Amino acid sequence: MTTLIVIIFYLCLLLGLGFFSSRSFRGTSKDYFVASHSIGPFLLLMSVFGTTMTAFALVGSTGKSFERGIGTYGLMASISGLVHAGIFFLVGIRLWAFGKKHGYITQIQFFRSRFDSDGLGYLLFPILVLLVVPYLLIGIIGAGKTIEPVTAGAFTEIFTNPSAPQWLGGIPSWLTGLVVSLVVLTYVFMGGSRGAAYANTFQTIVFMVMGLVAFVYIINGLGGLEQAGKVPARINDNGMLVQDYNFDMKLGELQKNDPPKPIGKVLNSTISDLSNKQPHLSRTPVLIEFKKKNPKTGEISVFERELGIPFITFVSYFFIPLSVGMFPHLFQHWLTAKSAKAFRLTVIAHPLCIMVVWVPCVLVGAWASGVLPPGIPPPAVLSAMLKLLVGDPVLTGLLTAGVLAAIMSSLDSQFLCLGTMFTNDIVLHRAKTRKYSDKQIIMIARTFIVLIVTLTYVLAMWAKDANVFDLAIWCFSGFSALFPVVFAALYWKRATKQGVVASIVSALLSWLYFFHLSGYGGEMVVGPGIIPAAVCFMVATIALIGVSLLTKPPSEETLKKFFS
Amino acid sequence: MKNSSYPFGKRITWVLFFVLFFLHQDFWWWDESTLVLGFLPIGLAFHALFSIACAFLGWVAIKFAWPHHLEQFAEENFSEGSEKR
Repeated sequence: MTTLIVIIFYLCLLLGLGFFSSRSFRGTSKDYFVASHSIGPFLLLMSVFGTTMTAFALVGSTGKSFERGIGTYGLMASISGLVHAGIFFLVGIRLWAFGKKHGYITQIQFFRSRFDSDGLGYLLFPILVLLVVPYLLIGIIGAGKTIEPVTAGAFTEIFTNPSAPQWLGGIPSWLTGLVVSLVVLTYVFMGGSRGAAYANTFQTIVFMVMGLVAFVYIINGLGGLEQAGKVPARINDNGMLVQDYNFDMKLGELQKNDPPKPIGKVLNSTISDLSNKQPHLSRTPVLIEFKKKNPKTGEISVFERELGIPFITFVSYFFIPLSVGMFPHLFQHWLTAKSAKAFRLTVIAHPLCIMVVWVPCVLVGAWASGVLPPGIPPPAVLSAMLKLLVGDPVLTGLLTAGVLAAIMSSLDSQFLCLGTMFTNDIVLHRAKTRKYSDKQIIMIARTFIVLIVTLTYVLAMWAKDANVFDLAIWCFSGFSALFPVVFAALYWKRATKQGVVASIVSALLSWLYFFHLSGYGGEMVVGPGIIPAAVCFMVATIALIGVSLLTKPPSEETLKKFFS
Repeated sequence: MKNSSYPFGKRITWVLFFVLFFLHQDFWWWDESTLVLGFLPIGLAFHALFSIACAFLGWVAIKFAWPHHLEQFAEENFSEGSEKR
């Protein structure tokens, strides 16, 4: 109950921040959408970083590391440090310059103008919405999965149908999702992009600080850093995956299992001598067979999981972080920058911020393999570790608020950007100048945001057991397949609107094809282990280059606007 | 936004980018699980250092390849500047 009170207090604090930011709102649509281009370096860093780090970063990375080990960091975090910073520098600053010069508020306005095509906007809008929605879903799902374990036991008579027996009385996903959606909706409603920037900054600081505090407490719970390094599951001489330790909650300390507790059996591996190896601490692919008990029926089922990461898969993950170049919510954040110089801090500090957040999460996920049952849902690993090792309800509440902060700092920007796009690219685009007043424009954006929040909430309840990491990878795959379009728009004069349309359609069709093959959101590789994002990217690039070269080049007048 | 010659600073930045991209594929200790400082697996320690190197690359890019022309371009008046809301 104490944990819950702390979380509620945090949510109220956020609402207070929303009221504060609404007082500095200037009442114009430009202020609502891009904060009148007034955001400085620190707020830009915090809002860009907070936006790119969502449930995926905290809940997803810990869960993925629990499944596949420390390779998760190289797979997504370190490569993102290189590619994201490169994109902020090569794409972000350039788009900011065009946005400031020509008065763009959304990505679609830029593309329409760059390729002299209205239709391009109508093609791109539903695709961007389609791809942002899974990103929103992981936020709502991640929040639900985090709160239920840490509030277990608080309302045993009200919430009697938990997703796992040990979480009886915990706040269910549907209620957490509802509250989180309403809180984000409220402060986005009040403050627009300035409110989102303030809230993002506050929440990014909260989740970074709380993440580090959680890390320290988890280390203490495991008996110190050196001891923690010994905890991950180990393969014994008989080819069984065993846990050498368990955490005794009554004594509040780690106990040695004698004999070690078997949790799985090695089925296959690329290397022969696995004896005494801790597969979560390297990247060697090892196929393990696990058993899990259905919490409701008690039925035992067998499942297989590949620990480690195949090298070819690791290399092809390079394509995933390219997605930030096409995130519409990031485009909007870039446009809030006061000047190009505001980007400097983000370019340098973004990889460091990623490191500060991801290294602890990945370590906690790997350590969890030694103390948690293998069948636990990956998105629940972080909160299960908090519940198991931290103990103190106030601290658990604060740490959980940190996880919620990471989630909400992305949801707000995404909700806002969808409202901005709908208003500017669909409603106002064909409307005559001055048909709508600034007040009406803001109201249209807010109404669309409410509709999107409602839709997201319903979808999140339908897909509440989806794997947060895998769903995010699908979302990023779609955006990275669109990356050739933005890069060509900025750097290739010969790119034509027909080429861009062909590229977008190819990206969409190839993405839908693989998404369908994956069973709508599952983990998937193609051929020797290449991820679908790489294939979609190549298909989209070939279509862009091929069709552009076969069609009439853009007019000199258009090129002058962007390349003079 | 002219590109008549490719400046040295930009070249250095690109070379460093590709060096880092290569270093990211650290296949040489794929199967290693040695713990650095007693708790950090070497595969993770290397990539944490890699993140610091990325920050350094960002600094190099800003110092030697900053797009001054874009700042100037954005601040100049443009006749169609008010075409969008």
